[in-house]
Amino acid sequence: MADWINWVALLAVLVMLAGAVAVLLLNNFLAAVAATSVVSLGAAVIFVLLRAPDVALTEAAVGAGLSSVIMALCLRRLGLWRIPSVTAGVDDEAGNS
Amino acid sequence: MRNYVSLLFVAGLAFLLFVISGQLDFGAAPMLIGQAINQAAPEQVGAANIVTSVVLGYRALDTLGELAILFTAATAGGLMLGRARAGATHDPEAGFILRTAADLLFPLLLVVGLFIIVHGHLTPGGGFQGGVILAAAFFVPLLARPGTHFDHASFAVVEGLAGATFIVIGLFGLVYGGEFLAPLLGQGEMGSLLSAGTLPLLYIAVGLKVGSELAGLMAHIAAYEAVDS
Repeated sequence: MADWINWVALLAVLVMLAGAVAVLLLNNFLAAVAATSVVSLGAAVIFVLLRAPDVALTEAAVGAGLSSVIMALCLRRLGLWRIPSVTAGVDDEAGNS
Repeated sequence: MRNYVSLLFVAGLAFLLFVISGQLDFGAAPMLIGQAINQAAPEQVGAANIVTSVVLGYRALDTLGELAILFTAATAGGLMLGRARAGATHDPEAGFILRTAADLLFPLLLVVGLFIIVHGHLTPGGGFQGGVILAAAFFVPLLARPGTHFDHASFAVVEGLAGATFIVIGLFGLVYGGEFLAPLLGQGEMGSLLSAGTLPLLYIAVGLKVGSELAGLMAHIAAYEAVDS
């Protein structure tokens, strides 16, 4: 039982680390916002393992959901929503805006 | 230069975490107050979820402070962002799939949010978590149909009434219970929906306040004129 929890915690930490590194490396701001919400989801999993379901629920709702939405909306307001390096994304953009 | 500074900062943080994790066993509670509350809370407050009995019983004043902070932040955000002009152009409606999904999600999110708020004293969750879900419920239709009118005034009324209710319940506690925000109305049977005195009422007030506040804030941020293209 305890062994199993350790492996899940390790997996969650690895996913969180990958997400955190992805935030630094990604060129697209929107993708970076999505990566921050991946970090929050991993934290929520760890809170569940630590038997803090209240905190896990808050982390999932506020950290992964609400703050990502607010950051994404702010990106849109600042005009950083676009993907400058990808020229093939014009069709996609027309669908979005 | 900046990279080195942030690297130094991260190294310091890692050292701090390393020291803390070296001192503590994984999952061990170093403080005694938590254990004391764990033992005393079921009899004193009567909430099945001990976290709730701390948040709304022992530390209810902190919760009021949290609500004040959230209110200040949302007000500042609303003042900064302003509102879209009456005749402003807006984004076109989303596609059929997104609109249908928003219609389906709205009642579902509403029910989940209210369930989490109302059962805050029984199961994990409560006013803050359920309030965020309620805010999401009211924001999803706005994403699907950007042109729809968002009634800021009535959301502000709900928010103000909920905040006032929290304080009024606290004042009732001051008059009849001897302390501000003291739980009243008797504990009832532990684990039933109507138990733990005024705690469920307080959590409903918190949930409505957080939900209307955050929905208003997100609607403010999303109110953005379409870019000419």
